[in-house]
Amino acid sequence: MTIQGIAYIALVFLLVLGAAFPLGRYLAAIFEGRVRFLRPLEAGFYRLAGVDETRAMGWQAYAVALLLLSVIHFALLYAILRLQYYLPFNPQHIAGMSPRLAFNTAASFATNTNWQAYVPEAQISNGAQMFGLAVHMFLSAAAGIAAAAAVMRAFASGAAKTLGNFYADLTRITLYLLLPVTIVAAVLLVLAGCPQTFSAFITAHTLQGDTQSIAIGPVALQEAIKELGTNGGGFFNANSAHPFENPNAWTNLFENWLLLVIGFALPIAFGHMVKNPRQGRALMAAMAIILALGCVGTYAAEASGNPLQTAIGVAHQGGNWEGKEVRFGIPASTTFNVSATGTSTGAVDSFTDSYMPLAGAIPLFLMQLGEVTPGGVGSGFYTIIVFALFSVFVAGLMVGRTPEYLGKKVQAKEIKLAMLGVLILTLFILAGAGFSLVTKSGLTSLANAGPHGLTEMLYAWTSATENNGSAFAGLSADTNLLDYGLGAAMLFGRFAFMVPVLAIAGSLAAKPRLPESAGTFPTTGPLFIGLLIGVIIILGGLQFLPADTLGPLAEHFLLQAGKTF
Amino acid sequence: MLRDIRPAFSLVVLFTLFLGFLLPEAFTGAMQLALPWQANGSLLKNNGEIIGSALIGQNFTSPQYFQPRPSALDKPYDAATSGASNLGPTSAALQTAIRQRVAAYTKAFGPGPVPADAVTASGSGLDPDISLANALRQAPAVAAARHLPATAVTSMVEKLAHHAFLGIIGTSHVNVLELNLALDHPPAT
Repeated sequence: MTIQGIAYIALVFLLVLGAAFPLGRYLAAIFEGRVRFLRPLEAGFYRLAGVDETRAMGWQAYAVALLLLSVIHFALLYAILRLQYYLPFNPQHIAGMSPRLAFNTAASFATNTNWQAYVPEAQISNGAQMFGLAVHMFLSAAAGIAAAAAVMRAFASGAAKTLGNFYADLTRITLYLLLPVTIVAAVLLVLAGCPQTFSAFITAHTLQGDTQSIAIGPVALQEAIKELGTNGGGFFNANSAHPFENPNAWTNLFENWLLLVIGFALPIAFGHMVKNPRQGRALMAAMAIILALGCVGTYAAEASGNPLQTAIGVAHQGGNWEGKEVRFGIPASTTFNVSATGTSTGAVDSFTDSYMPLAGAIPLFLMQLGEVTPGGVGSGFYTIIVFALFSVFVAGLMVGRTPEYLGKKVQAKEIKLAMLGVLILTLFILAGAGFSLVTKSGLTSLANAGPHGLTEMLYAWTSATENNGSAFAGLSADTNLLDYGLGAAMLFGRFAFMVPVLAIAGSLAAKPRLPESAGTFPTTGPLFIGLLIGVIIILGGLQFLPADTLGPLAEHFLLQAGKTF
Repeated sequence: MLRDIRPAFSLVVLFTLFLGFLLPEAFTGAMQLALPWQANGSLLKNNGEIIGSALIGQNFTSPQYFQPRPSALDKPYDAATSGASNLGPTSAALQTAIRQRVAAYTKAFGPGPVPADAVTASGSGLDPDISLANALRQAPAVAAARHLPATAVTSMVEKLAHHAFLGIIGTSHVNVLELNLALDHPPAT
């Protein structure tokens, strides 16, 4: 570890948190319908689609609209992937995907996961990337943010029956937030070297006299929304390690910023919506503290280098270089991957499968915490609200008082729904990984032996269920078991959690906002932040410790003892 | 539910047309006009012939050239694909590969500690760069193969080296294609 490395991490946080405050204020304005600079376009969408933007939806209607749109969009992507051979922008004549891979990929992009069981260069046309995947990158992100906005309204209102209009939320978030930032970011990325062309490959005659075929395409635009919307689906197999996706250390820093900024701006927006900015800052602080610890921890573990390699004459050179790109360096690589797993982005600029055991364990653990640091755009926010409810519930139990959060009574119904959501996630991760590891198909998917193989499978189920999308990428994921299994995990992980949360929001929205009294547990100060972090780690993380012990922790000690597999 | 079918379906279609066709068409057109070199892959040409991309590494095996990092791709530096080894830190296969690479490196460039980037596979398999330490370690052997004084090649490496901004953003490294191109076509002094 070097001072410069720590300074890099501090710089990332400074840039992200600094931008999150004004962006959060802007987000609140979007949610409240006060941003209108593209009003004619917005109104045109409503008119053509038959949207009645004044229709206020209760939680059920909001959930139905969100689910229906997601299902239709899922079906469209499935069709595009199956039929891509016949569709435009396919100069390489890439064949249609198999049913199982198309199911997995459609589930992956409809849930904002962007798990990639396919090899982009070989299995998906530039056209399918452009009008299939990239559109999902906008809309799945916007749907997640819309759900977060609905949850915010539950606390912002006194006794109300409705949570807003999903279609208006989706359209406004897309037009006023995702679209302009994506365009500006994509221009900057092209300036730095990301391609933006409809050609699919270039043939070069190398200096040494060989022929090199270079895959290319409309990369920059997809790269921008991939990071901004915490999607993570790389245009290329190597994701953000590919020089065309991430040409230099500056773009790496910029992409790192893009993938974190909305996640940290949402709690700030919440503070504005409930007219109490300190509430938003407390949630943001809890997110930032856990993420910062993760960044420093992973960097420290990676910077220690691999003792097995130093023993055979490899210079230390700042850490473990397997799977990393020279232009980024160790601290920027680890910070990127931790940021992308603390959010549900899942993009990588270096390959976590080759990280030191403890350095790989931290991204895994951040996902297992439930993707709240700051999590996926929207989903991270509503998940941390669930943890905030658990925190006031625990605090209420200690003093024997009905817990409240922002003046809304938290009762058995909300806690039961929240537990349901958490248990569904846990079930998919542990049962899915456990089952896969006792099947022959699951075992033949593993690329590495020993405890590292167990981590590969555990990481895959965690990543899918938590809608992250990153991988210990050695795993061969295009099998019946994993295409269908992980596809189901992504769908349940997204919607079987989101719907109970919307139900909680509906239930809380209907309750009156009680005035603060001397007995109200304050949900702004360090005491609450500490409690919230504790609840996230104990409730979100503890259940996975036995599994993590068998994977990365066991591997760490075996490595120190000089064992290889 | 029924009343939602039209808006949900229409918004999917409208946004697919808008974000999936109109936006990339317009954006690609604009970038092709405004920043054609970058938008088309930062291609380097020699007498009108494309010799590669400034951003994508190439395979070099001749002793007259600086060697790039190991590439985990089936065919090294095959830019029609990309990817890493994904071998874990306790992988015996990785350990064996690194042992062989260390032996080859010390044989080619002399005994001593081997720069880590020279014996580990990159994330993309297309890493265009090597660390400055790696380049400087290779310089004398490349100079000998080209019958040039070692100092000439070393100073060329130092001239082409990129450095971290304030020691924080980036690393000290050299682009291998840029360096080898400069060796083949030394700039007029």
